[in-house]
Formats: sequence, structure tokens, C-alpha cells
Amino acid sequence: MKRSVFGRIWPNATAVILFAGFAFPVYWMFATSLKPTGDIISEDPVWFPTDITLGHFGRAVDADHFWTLVANSITVTVCSVLLSLVIALFAAFALARMRFKGRRGFVVTFMLAQMAPWEVMVIAIYMLVRDNDMLDSLVPLTVFYAVMVLPLTILTLRGYVAAVPKELEESAMVDGCTRTQAFVRVILPLLAPGLMATSLFGFITAWNEFPLVLILNKDIEKQTLPLWLSQFQTAFGDDWGATMAASSLFALPILILFIFLQRKAVGGLTDGAVKG
Amino acid sequence: MSVQTEGTDTAGEPAVRKAPAPASRGEDHAPRPSSGRRTATPYLLLLPALLATLILLGWPLVKNGMLSFQNLNPRQLIQHLTEWNGFDNYQEVLSGSDFWHVVERSVAFTAANVVLIMLLGTLTGLLLARLGRGMRLLLMLGLVLAWAMPVIAATTVYQWLFAQRFGVVNWVLDKLGWHSMADYNWFGSQFSTFSVVTLLIVWQSIPFVAINLYAATTTVPRELYEAASLDGAGAWKSFTSVTFPFLRPFLYATTFLEVIWVFKAFPQIFAMNEGGPDHLTETLPIYAFVQGVGNQHFGVGAAISFLTILVLLAITSYYLRMVLKQEEDEL
Repeated sequence: MKRSVFGRIWPNATAVILFAGFAFPVYWMFATSLKPTGDIISEDPVWFPTDITLGHFGRAVDADHFWTLVANSITVTVCSVLLSLVIALFAAFALARMRFKGRRGFVVTFMLAQMAPWEVMVIAIYMLVRDNDMLDSLVPLTVFYAVMVLPLTILTLRGYVAAVPKELEESAMVDGCTRTQAFVRVILPLLAPGLMATSLFGFITAWNEFPLVLILNKDIEKQTLPLWLSQFQTAFGDDWGATMAASSLFALPILILFIFLQRKAVGGLTDGAVKG
Repeated sequence: MSVQTEGTDTAGEPAVRKAPAPASRGEDHAPRPSSGRRTATPYLLLLPALLATLILLGWPLVKNGMLSFQNLNPRQLIQHLTEWNGFDNYQEVLSGSDFWHVVERSVAFTAANVVLIMLLGTLTGLLLARLGRGMRLLLMLGLVLAWAMPVIAATTVYQWLFAQRFGVVNWVLDKLGWHSMADYNWFGSQFSTFSVVTLLIVWQSIPFVAINLYAATTTVPRELYEAASLDGAGAWKSFTSVTFPFLRPFLYATTFLEVIWVFKAFPQIFAMNEGGPDHLTETLPIYAFVQGVGNQHFGVGAAISFLTILVLLAITSYYLRMVLKQEEDEL
């Protein structure tokens, strides 16, 4: 008896401690961003902001080019995710539903592509982009981000397509649909959760990308938020209020998106992406 | 190209294919095109993905290989000069001791992080499976917050948590009685910088493992546990005989992904302290970047990138072989 009470307490206690550990840095970011500077640089931490100020957010938003960079980040992220989804959908369908010579080769190619060390190829990419006169442009960023997330998108979507019962498609075809019609009318709607899950991961990758934009786009008007944030930190190093406000502004869209879509995303990766 | 039926997969390797996911079912019986005739359709469907990958990934890879055999410094870069210098870059990199230190460091760093991530992630995932609904949602929320934090924002927050002055970590350590930590500079030594980076990476990576592992445990058939408990298996025994074998493919695949992700971790280290202090936290991607871009030895940087790719392939080769084998079995 004693044991079962104990058995119920420890998982819950561990869960609460873990929750605190995982949530604290995020909480501390928001809390700091709202505290007056005096509370931020105090000898004893102010755990709960009581005296709330939006001044730090004001300084972050008033930083030069902030809104241009927001627009750049959104444009690049959304376009690259859409681009990769469309391309991946075709490929995932072929890999999940058709048998053909070389199928294994394609899967392995995408598995290998998933390992692509983009971070170490920046010099070559810089040269290629420069030789095509595309430096300081959002276009190369968009296409590179799309290809960066493409392998994971294909492999994940493949799992989702395979999970749709073949019979649904067949019965639609018996009812007179062509294969394309069957796909668009029957399968595509069922893939909605999968598309959301995969786009979420694409979204995070593109929103976060740092080394490429660091080397390709020197013109501040053509940069994106991660670069801005890292430079903001350097420039405002000791102004933790403004730095945390800037981090919050950068993190907020993803946090919101994630909390809404997370339930759909979970499991999808186990089914599709990770098994290769 | 023999079609293997389920259950005859005796390859011995844990088949990732046989993942708990019902998703794989449809594929195991993957029907041929209904008419059975060969068409160009699958190739046409794959063409855009293949072209995009070949052009945007393959081309930089080839270019990178070419640059690694060139004497490429700011002068050559600006004047668009191509000066081949054979294996000079490789000789320079491989003959110095720096490179090998960085390789050792990268491998140790990757190993430490991946072990922590997989161990703690699995434990957290199993805990999720044991919790009641309310507590599970609470823990999930914490995990999702950490998971969703953009890397650069998370890095900035960790710099603040571990700030020498007014950083909350130093305050807590001081209050716990470790007074020498009250003014500790975390970014002043190799070990402490790596500790902060590791904490950051582990904190952000556990959720992926834990939440997906929890999702996978929900697909373990109940009957297996019932059978195990009829056989008198306790909690540990039913874990080792039912849960673990079921999750093994998932664990293999996740470990592989984590190895790649941790090995390639760039912004966490670069934005935290730019590989410092004194280049002591440079892992291979950072080293390639600092040598190539920072010091403007572009050719040497390209050679380091190429070697980095080889190291990555070497440490993932076991898993890649496994995948190759499975794909073979499947066709």
C-alpha cells in the first residue's frame, strides 16, 4: 500500500521538477524582458516581475531595420517551406506508393542528403552565389533553405502517405477518378496533419538558419532575424533587458506555432522521418 | 529484387522498417502500379526533388572539393583567380596537430551529448508514458517550450542565465554554498564553455526524443504487456522484453539523427563564444568556418570541410550500412 502511494508520487514529483527545468529558460527570457533594468541588474534575482515595463521591447523594435528583417525572415521562411512541401509531396508519393527500379537509390540519396553539412560548405556556396551575382538577395536563401529541409520533408511525408490506406485511393479510382484526382480529392486532405507537422520542422529550420545568411548577405536590408539577434546581442551585450526582449520577439512566432501544431507533429516523425 | 514478405526478414539487424508505426504497413504491401506495366511516372515525380538536391547540394559539394585543391585567399577571391595547388591544403591541415585535436574534440563532444540526450530523453519519454493525463500535459508543455525555442534565441538566453554578473545560475550556486561561483566566468575556460553548450543542446534535444518515444510507446500492443505479466514479468523485465525490443528501431534511428545534428551543431557554439576561449571549443564545423571564412584561407577551409564530411560519414557508417541493407531487403 505504502509502496503504491510512493509509486504515484515520484513520477509526478519528477514531472514537476522536469517541467520547471525545461520551462525556466523560456520563462526567464520573458520575465527579464518585462522587468525594469533595476530589477534585472539586482544582486538578488527578481523571480516574478511585478513592475512591468515594455521599454525593452520598444528599444528592440526601434533598432534599425527591425521591421525589414521581420519581413525578410517571414518571406524566406514561408516561401522555402512551401517550395519544399510541393517538391516533397511528389517525391513522397512516388516513394510510398510505387515500385520501380532504383527506388532504394532514391531513398538512400535523400538519407544522405539529410546529413548534408551545410554549415561547412559555406565557402563553396558563397562562391557559387557570388559567381551568379546573387549575393545580398533573398532568392538564394529561399532555395537553399528549401533544399535543406527537403530530405526530412520527403522522408516524413513518405510515412504519412504510406499510412493512408491504399483501398481509399483504389475505391476512388473505381468510382471513376483518375489517379491524380484520387490523390487530390482523397489523399491530400488526409495528409493535412502530416503536411502541418513537416512544415513545422521546415519552418523552424528556415527561421533559425544562421551560417548561410551570415556569409551571403552583408547588406543589412537583406538579412534575417537570427543574424540580427546575434548581432544585437553583441551590440547590446550588457543590456540584457533589450536582448531578452529581442529574443522573445524572435522566439514568439515559433513558440505559438509549435504549441498549436505540436500534437499533430508528434508521432509523424517516428512513422516517417526517422526510419529513413 | 525479391519481394520479401513480412516475417522472413532474418537479416538479424534490427529492422527500422518494422517500426511500431502502423504507417509502415501500407508500404510493406506496397502495391505495384495497378496495371503492372512500367511507367515513367515515379521518375517524373521524383525529378524535381532530385534536381533540386543535385543542383543545390551536389554542386556546392563538388565546388567545395575543387576549392580544396586551390590556393584561395582574399586576393584570389577578389580577382577571381583560380590557382591550383594540388594537395597543399590537405598537407597543411593534416600535418598540423590542430586538426587532430579538433577531430578528437568533435567526436568526444558528439558522443557526450548524444549519450546524455538518448539516456535522459528515453527516461523522460518513459516517464511521460507513466504519468496521468494532467501531469503529462504539463511536462509536455515544458518540453515543447524548450523544443520550439529558436536556436539563436536559446543561445542568447543561456548567455544570460550563465552571465558572470547578475546571471541567475551563479546566484543559485552561490546561495547553495558554492561561494567561489558567485562571480564565475563560464566562458573563460574550455570545460565550462562546453558544459554550457552541452546543457543547451541537451535541453533542446531531449524533447524530440522524449515526445516521439512516448508516441512510439503508445503503439506497443497491450496484449504483449498482458502476456508478459502473465509470465510473471515485473516492471523491469517487461521493459527489457517488451518495450525495449519494440522501441529499438526507433532508438537506432533517433540516435543516428542526433549524432548528425550534434556533430553539425554550429550556431550554439559559434553564437555562444565563437569557439573560444582561445579556439578551445572549436568543433569541426566551427574550425572549418573560422579557418576558411574568419582567417580568409578559403582553400584550406574547403579542405577542412571535405575532411569534416569524411569524419561524419565515418561515424555514421554503421547506421548507413544498416539502412542500405534494409532498403535492399525491402525491394
